[in-house]
Amino acid sequence: MSILEARDLSVARGRHVVATVERLAVEPGETLAILGPNGAGKTSLLLALATLLPISGTLLFHGGPIDDGLGFRRRTAVVFQRPLLLDRSVRENAALGLALRGVGRDERERRADEALARLGVGHLARRSARTISGGEAQRVSIARALAVRPEVLFLDEPFAALDAPTRETLIADLARVLRQDGVATVLVTHDRDEALSLADRVAVIIRGTLRQTDGADAVFAMPVDPEVAAFVGVENVLPAKVRALTEDLTMLAVGDHVVEVTALPPEGDDFPLLLIRPDDIVVARGTQPSSARNAFPGRIVRLEPIGRRVRVVLDCGFPLVAHVTVQSSREMGLAPGDEVVASFKATVPHLLARHRGGGRPR
Amino acid sequence: MELIVEGIREALARLVALDPDLLDAASASLAISGTATALSVVTGVPLGAALGLGRFRGRGLLLTLANTGMGFPPVVVGLVVAVLIWRSGPFGQLEWFCTRQAMIAAQYLLAAPTVIGLTAVAVQSLDPMLRVQLRSLGATPTQIIWILVREARLPIITAAMAGFGAVISEIGASLMVGCNIKGDTRILTTAIVLEASKGEFGAAFALSFVLLALIFAVNAVTTWAQQRQRAP
Repeated sequence: MSILEARDLSVARGRHVVATVERLAVEPGETLAILGPNGAGKTSLLLALATLLPISGTLLFHGGPIDDGLGFRRRTAVVFQRPLLLDRSVRENAALGLALRGVGRDERERRADEALARLGVGHLARRSARTISGGEAQRVSIARALAVRPEVLFLDEPFAALDAPTRETLIADLARVLRQDGVATVLVTHDRDEALSLADRVAVIIRGTLRQTDGADAVFAMPVDPEVAAFVGVENVLPAKVRALTEDLTMLAVGDHVVEVTALPPEGDDFPLLLIRPDDIVVARGTQPSSARNAFPGRIVRLEPIGRRVRVVLDCGFPLVAHVTVQSSREMGLAPGDEVVASFKATVPHLLARHRGGGRPR
Repeated sequence: MELIVEGIREALARLVALDPDLLDAASASLAISGTATALSVVTGVPLGAALGLGRFRGRGLLLTLANTGMGFPPVVVGLVVAVLIWRSGPFGQLEWFCTRQAMIAAQYLLAAPTVIGLTAVAVQSLDPMLRVQLRSLGATPTQIIWILVREARLPIITAAMAGFGAVISEIGASLMVGCNIKGDTRILTTAIVLEASKGEFGAAFALSFVLLALIFAVNAVTTWAQQRQRAP
């Protein structure tokens, strides 16, 4: 039985419906990431699931309807983007949820200290919450949520306000704690890396509608439509035409080239979309013997640094985008106008119906 | 100039001698204004918090009334209270006219709008997401109000100080409903007016010094409490 389930849920802010969900279930012990761009309605959906916004539809907790919102909230916890600590000591903040539940002083201090220690901020217990850093404050905020031993933990972009190094260490620590506790978690984020780091399953929401809910790897490898594909980082969405089907391969015409893929096209669709992740494309100076079935000579149109990687925009007779590390780009001396070869394996691309629905597994 | 110097000399003499009339007026001022301020804090803080945090019909009107009340002329408040407690008035049976109770009631009406209005502003200036966070932690509406008021305690202390400052210095309402009875309803401000009208400037100065010292002492204590909260 799902620990939390939403059916035919509609969330409104004022007169505007900002999120609709046909069905969304959170299973015991799993981390479900609600992933979507800014303004997609993911925070509204999380607040609705946490009974902090009015809803229409059905919300089930352990299979039963939630009649007592306060009772439900006392069995769950929410961590927001900002720590929202009170002007009290760190320990008092971490113990706040327990105090509100009427837990005795000794017990709540013990549990607060334990939660603070697990998040690596136990040494700050006696400090005023106003004197700690942003990263420490967010750790205290997470400790406050974990101290109540929630049955469902809601995380609303809890790393968004942190700098990169702080975010990375906090994500690693939180992943460890969630694994240890096995607490069902709903994480709202617009960051694909966060979702991949923490989530077992991912639900992609775009313009208030859940488009795809699946295992994290499946969502990133096989998005169900071009918008989901674009959001999960599949930058290469190419219109293709089925030329031939063999026992092992599908031959597709893309521009003047033939692309070989192992995926089958969507049933009855001879004009599918070919989806390739930029990370799956190898850029080389020349053609080298390899197992990759697809290799296309092309010219570098431009190079764009994106964090630790470089986005290489190629013209291979059709547009192609590849991601390479900064190190590789430097060692190969890549520059706009250079002639290179882009290659990828036949197992890499995913095929999508031009309008809706994914390709079939072979 | 000579008059002022003479007045100050007499004031110092009365202060050193702990003049009983002066001490009576000072203790009456402290008791009446202190009680009125305490009552306005006890009732005004929850009301101000409800006005600041609540969403209900008529809230805007009530906030406007509270803000307007901050500027009520004391004599008008005194007049209203006097009419209400006059022998033939609606509360005449209380027989409060020319009593400390009447002065407390009048001063309460002067201090409460300040406390209500400033408390509403104080809780409204808190991060709105704090309320959502508290709800998510399982707080009841009463717990939320209590925590937010505690969180806004520094500006609320300022509201109480402002309320006390307004009533300890006022004269119109106290004179009108208290009747300035020696040893009972005579407070520092009404005594100053009386002494000055008799040409007893030394006594008036002595009373003024005590009034200023009292205001300073009360504000010093509350400021200390306020800054102690602020220190990390």
